[in-house]
Amino acid sequence: MAGKTLYDKVWDAHVVNQQEDGTVLLYIDRHLVHEVTSPQAFEGLQLAGRKPWRTSSMLAVADHNVPTTDRANGIEDPISRLQVETLDANCETFGVTEFKMNDLRQGIVHVIGPEQGATLPGMTVVCGDSHTSTHGAFGALAFGIGTSEVEHVMATQTLLQKKSRNMLISVDGAVGPGVTAKDIVLAIIGKIGTAGGNGCTIEFGGEAIHALSMEGRMSVCNMAIEAGARAGMIAVDDTTIDYLKGRPFAPKGETWDKAREAWLDLKSDDDAIFDEVVTLNAADIEPQVSWGTSPEMVASVNAHVPNPAADEYANKREGYERALEYMDLEAESPLTDIKLDRVFIGSCTNSRIEDLRAAAAVIKDRKVADSIKQALVVPGSGLVKQQAEKEGLDKLFIDAGFEWREPGCSMCLAMNADRLESGERCASTSNRNFEGRQGQGGRTHLVSPAMAAAAAIAGHFVDVRHF
Amino acid sequence: MKSFTQLNGLAVPLMRSNVDTDAIIPKQFLKSIKRSGFGVNLFDEWRYLDAGFPGQDSSTRQPNPDFVLNVDRYKGAQVLIAGENFGCGSSREHAVWALDDFGFRTVIAPGFADIFNNNSFKSGLLPIVLDKEIVEALAAECEASEGYKLDIDLKAQTVTTPSGQVHSFEVDSFRKDCLLNGFDDIELTLQQRYRIEEYEETRRKNAPWLFDTPA
Repeated sequence: MAGKTLYDKVWDAHVVNQQEDGTVLLYIDRHLVHEVTSPQAFEGLQLAGRKPWRTSSMLAVADHNVPTTDRANGIEDPISRLQVETLDANCETFGVTEFKMNDLRQGIVHVIGPEQGATLPGMTVVCGDSHTSTHGAFGALAFGIGTSEVEHVMATQTLLQKKSRNMLISVDGAVGPGVTAKDIVLAIIGKIGTAGGNGCTIEFGGEAIHALSMEGRMSVCNMAIEAGARAGMIAVDDTTIDYLKGRPFAPKGETWDKAREAWLDLKSDDDAIFDEVVTLNAADIEPQVSWGTSPEMVASVNAHVPNPAADEYANKREGYERALEYMDLEAESPLTDIKLDRVFIGSCTNSRIEDLRAAAAVIKDRKVADSIKQALVVPGSGLVKQQAEKEGLDKLFIDAGFEWREPGCSMCLAMNADRLESGERCASTSNRNFEGRQGQGGRTHLVSPAMAAAAAIAGHFVDVRHF
Repeated sequence: MKSFTQLNGLAVPLMRSNVDTDAIIPKQFLKSIKRSGFGVNLFDEWRYLDAGFPGQDSSTRQPNPDFVLNVDRYKGAQVLIAGENFGCGSSREHAVWALDDFGFRTVIAPGFADIFNNNSFKSGLLPIVLDKEIVEALAAECEASEGYKLDIDLKAQTVTTPSGQVHSFEVDSFRKDCLLNGFDDIELTLQQRYRIEEYEETRRKNAPWLFDTPA
């Protein structure tokens, strides 16, 4: 019998029951909750007279609606405020642990889970948020769910699921200097497309993936969903274990030793069989910039905007034409000619301490270009912010002309006050360049934190390797 | 949950690929703490020329006359014929609620994003996958003939065109059963409460760190 993949192992360990048609009742270990996708689930629970099955599995935080400016006066927008207050009230009623807006531990749900050690290897982790795939960096099976499923997990600690197919994406060799985890994952999405991973759980492997820090691995798994896969996973190794040791929610003492031993088995067996295998050569990956309105519309910074009329794009012509029109870009123009209005460094993809260090390292006493209206740095959590301030990164950013903000999702999806005006163009370290994502009519280019910082200084895209 | 059995519904084609859930229901409308009322903002940025915001008087909006849902002959459509990878992006179930609230009962596409597909079954919206060529042919027929209605039969798993062509589709038997009967799947799962409790007991012994969190 063939060996098991990492996904097979975690899946098998959580099967409560399997029906004849293959539908599985899957046990859920960790349920992360935020304000946007939970109110209707809590309400459903209440209307049916049910209680959460196991509140100790839950951790809640408000991140999408919170202001990133001074919070002393609370949330100005009454509708956003009501949504956050509803979360507070629900957590109070049901006894769910919540990091409230002014708690130092507050932040983006996919930043705080790992930061607290609430995400552990081998766990099943869910959240009413598609970027839950982030937590797969720890060898966990983590995926986003809708509000009905949020309610199902609250009420039963399980989900009804069909198993996905196994896909391996192997990034072989080492990336060159200045090429980051974000560039790796954008290159992967460029290669397999936004539907390339539909129906699959992706395991990211190869030397280039295992050379990444946990922050880098989280950036990669975060965007598995942008390749269509609900879950992305990376095998556990010493990097994983070292990151977790001593975190508040991580096990201690003898339990730690026992857990550690179990976790080190969380990798695919040598003879495991994948349904699909995709290979990339790390040395070929250059810093990436998205030019269109889907994350698959991405190219190396030294490339040109594609020409939809070219034969090779015959299948995609209509989508490409529409994207170029929305993005107001000329076919065949160099990506380095693209001038920007705003820069956003943040989001669950790239707001961790390593991301902020990478962005700050690019500055080197230079200033944000006069043509840039706003350059925002939004740390992923209060603890990331505190650490960055300890290292003096805030001062580097502020002196260069960046704004240093409070943690939250911010301009990644513009549910709070941080947004693009119609027609504005942004270099963003977030994960989605959909039409209107950062504000109606706004134009998003996805890049790494280092590339975003360099673009802020130059006023247009530049190859950070020569900047 | 709302059940789905049969439908003879007016169809409307929207054949763009990778229609994402941000396009289906933009983020500003997710601030609602309710499950209803999203239909008026379905495809908001494509459907209207002015900017949309929560709590707006919809009678003052400026509809985009070029957007297909604003074309008179498609008023009252219940069947959306869509492009590849429909519903990609965010996990927001509000996208399904918006389609449902607008009046759609089913979406026919060559493929759906996984989370959207799950959410649809949970909210009584039937996602039907047919071959790309078939979906494109349906869209072309729909554009060519006013009042184009499709017959959907979930029990038989068929889509029948006005000219009598029958296309079969696949659906998981469990999901089909839930949708046909409008079952509350939480209630179904809670009937297996003893199994979940047994699983927890064993798991707690083997992997106590999954339960001992200081929450």
